[in-house]
Amino acid sequence: MTTDILIIGAGVVGCALARVLSRYEADIVVLERGADVAEGASKANSGIVHAGFDAHPGTLKAKQNVEGAAMYPALCEELGVPYSQPGALVIGFNEEDRKTLETLVEQGVQNGVPGVRLIQRDEVLALEPNTNPEVLCALYAPTSGLTSPYEMTFALADHAAVNGVRFRLNEEVTSVEKGEDGLWHVKATSGEYVCRVVVNCAGVGSAAIHNMMSEDKLTIINRRGQYYLMDRMDPMPFRMTMFQCPTKMGKGVLVSPTVHGNLLLGPSAEDIPDACDTATTGDILDFVLDKSKLTWPAASTRGAITNFSGIRAHEAKGDFVIGAVKGQENAYETVGIESPGLSSAPAIAESLGAQIAEEQGLARKAEIVPTLKREKPFHAMTTAERAEAVKADPLNGRLVCRCEVVTEAEIREAIRRPVGATTIDGVKRRTRAGMGRCQGGFCSPRVAEILAEELGVPMTEITKCGGESRLLVGTIADAMTKEAE
Amino acid sequence: MSNEMSGVLHVDVLVVGAGPAGLAAAIAAREDGIDSLLVLEREHNPGGILRQCIHNGFGLHRFKEELTGPEYAQRDIDRARELKIEIQCDTTVLSVEADHTVTCVSAEHGLQVIKAKAIILAMGCRERPRGALGTPGTRCAGIYSAGTAQKFVNLEGYMPGKRVVILGSGDIGLIMARRMTLQGAKVLACVEIMPYSSGLNRNIVQCLEDYDIPLYLSHTVIDIQGRERLSGVTVAKVDENRRPIPGTEIQFDCDTLLLSVGLIPENELSQGAGVSLSPLTSGAVVDDALQTSVPGIFACGNVLHVHDLVDHVSNESFKAGHAAAAYARGEIAEAQTIEVRDGSGVRGTVPQRIRQGIDTEIDLMFRPSAVFRKATCVVRCGEREIARRKAPIFTPGEMAVMTLKPEVVAALDGPVTVSIEGGE
Repeated sequence: MTTDILIIGAGVVGCALARVLSRYEADIVVLERGADVAEGASKANSGIVHAGFDAHPGTLKAKQNVEGAAMYPALCEELGVPYSQPGALVIGFNEEDRKTLETLVEQGVQNGVPGVRLIQRDEVLALEPNTNPEVLCALYAPTSGLTSPYEMTFALADHAAVNGVRFRLNEEVTSVEKGEDGLWHVKATSGEYVCRVVVNCAGVGSAAIHNMMSEDKLTIINRRGQYYLMDRMDPMPFRMTMFQCPTKMGKGVLVSPTVHGNLLLGPSAEDIPDACDTATTGDILDFVLDKSKLTWPAASTRGAITNFSGIRAHEAKGDFVIGAVKGQENAYETVGIESPGLSSAPAIAESLGAQIAEEQGLARKAEIVPTLKREKPFHAMTTAERAEAVKADPLNGRLVCRCEVVTEAEIREAIRRPVGATTIDGVKRRTRAGMGRCQGGFCSPRVAEILAEELGVPMTEITKCGGESRLLVGTIADAMTKEAE
Repeated sequence: MSNEMSGVLHVDVLVVGAGPAGLAAAIAAREDGIDSLLVLEREHNPGGILRQCIHNGFGLHRFKEELTGPEYAQRDIDRARELKIEIQCDTTVLSVEADHTVTCVSAEHGLQVIKAKAIILAMGCRERPRGALGTPGTRCAGIYSAGTAQKFVNLEGYMPGKRVVILGSGDIGLIMARRMTLQGAKVLACVEIMPYSSGLNRNIVQCLEDYDIPLYLSHTVIDIQGRERLSGVTVAKVDENRRPIPGTEIQFDCDTLLLSVGLIPENELSQGAGVSLSPLTSGAVVDDALQTSVPGIFACGNVLHVHDLVDHVSNESFKAGHAAAAYARGEIAEAQTIEVRDGSGVRGTVPQRIRQGIDTEIDLMFRPSAVFRKATCVVRCGEREIARRKAPIFTPGEMAVMTLKPEVVAALDGPVTVSIEGGE
């Protein structure tokens, strides 16, 4: 397949860049090794739009974070992605922590974070009464926000796709070479892609792709973070995102609401050899719970819905690597996009997109589809809106997921989107069907049936998350026949 | 039923759920002369979870014969048809409010708002999922709650796996061990974290022992492996605090893990109505008429507390149906109540309250908190003993019942305590 621009990786950065570049006259293809977009770190992180006080002034992390975070409210509105801005506290328990927090406040001011300041114990407890009473002081960042990282990625991908970008899933890149024709030849699972411009947005795989193109080698350290996700609580113990003082391994364990009203505990930070090993482990989950108790003494696993882990792509030198690949023409990259990668993604995409457009002489399209149309989710509708929705489409009268109140119409819509769901997990992340307290016990058979109908494949081909993750091993009829033989 | 200009439908008695509980409650209400009666069911057919329970063993107490789940359900469905009870299927209730307003939705009728004089909650229960256990490992395909697997096999005609480990020894897990084996799968083990099974003894014998499936008591799954589809689980022995003991690990290569680790009454709608729940049963706190803390809202069956036998569900639900009918006719007055407390060895007695001044027989239902052999269950009113029953064994896997005779109920004058005493 031949294309002008090939983006490797359909995480939040690759999809955000694809969306920015879709404004220009160019043939764009995005390759993704997973069975869906947002299959790497973009699906498994804290979902926090960081205010931007963590990164050292002058780093790319600091600049892109603050700029990206400022873009979030409008971007989420435009794409129909959930967003809220409850603010954040970083809590300290002793004089050493106080010094760290003072430095963080200073950094925040230098980075241009609005409203960041140090507050004392009484104010901390007034803002968040369930905080450990031994708290001494806290950094308060009122602009810290929450979003749904995978829904953001889906929306970015869909918006790119309606403006002409093609997504090729299940395509793992194995080599990137400059041919004698001066074009990039990229070998992937299904064959070769030939393109003028290649962009590496490969997340945990970004150093490997970089090293295929450059003698100046980069190293990605796979830093796993494990989390507990808790059921909704009434009332929620915390309104804001609660951080502890950062360490050299990252921002530490947080206790935070999610944008959907669940509570998240985590992440840990362990460096592991395998970039795909998203297993959770008993000892680290215990550590996460223990650490959470420092913030919230009442923390317990009662009410846990699930545990999960994600792997951050930590570049050994510490900062984001963004821009043209040194020593190569027509090659660009975003390497080591770990936290605050989600917050930074929109800014990274705008600045890198502008650079690519200028250097490649891309012309703006005369017309693009300016926003994505997304129906309000059924669960968020008023009774009157629900009545209208069922009138408009009777399939809204068929509830498939009772825990999260998701209708059959919504599930079919999620499969029919430009970059639609093809797996049980894909439906779950797009609609929340199966995200609730029964974890798909009731709805997954029905979701599998709807997927089979929409995709025109037998039930036995439906997977949880692509590859060999089939739900079923055969039919009873087959099993009986075999036995008879 | 009447439909006002506002579009609000009025009924005397509304039943949420047409499983065995809802059907029995509706039958009782209609037999008591309630004409204005509506049952809402979210599935396409009435019968509830019995529809997928194609094994036999149902109805021994109520019908004195062995029926399959669908056969048991059909008897109530037939009776409901005879009584011309309206069961509206494919309809999901979205909310129940304390003022008896119920909002529901269906493709056929759209969004409906219904106001009922009395409401019977009969939503049943759901299975505890993997996440609630906190089992670490990968999040691959091949992990199902036993009931989900049962639905795939018995209703949809699909095999979820070939080499199976079952975590938990609840009845559905035991039944599925046999079902998967009969269908050609290899069931490697049934693993139970407690030192005793939570299932019925007859199921241990008929579903595990008869098929040489080993039952590992005081063991649990400590790791789940497999990137895409499950490839194995690690099982370990646990100590008395249910913590895994290092060095006792057993590895099973399997493609399927079925979970049968407990049932949770599905009370989200009840909570929305302001119904008080018991932390012990996870169901509503009710009085002897099965009336919840919200007047005119009744609860019965597995939404009230998880039963072992559908026969008990039906019996309880007939009572709820009669009581709701009486309430709708204005025949249930507010009354002072006497508290029923759990004594030693007893958990989650239902009902939690008994109205003063009534003189009907009352069944106190509860679960023993551990296994007691050759023990005695004693019910006291204050210091006074009012009922006593010896049994060779009391076990958490089997719900126990103590019946208070009408004259005993009439004489109650203080808190009632149920306890298990003596024994080994």
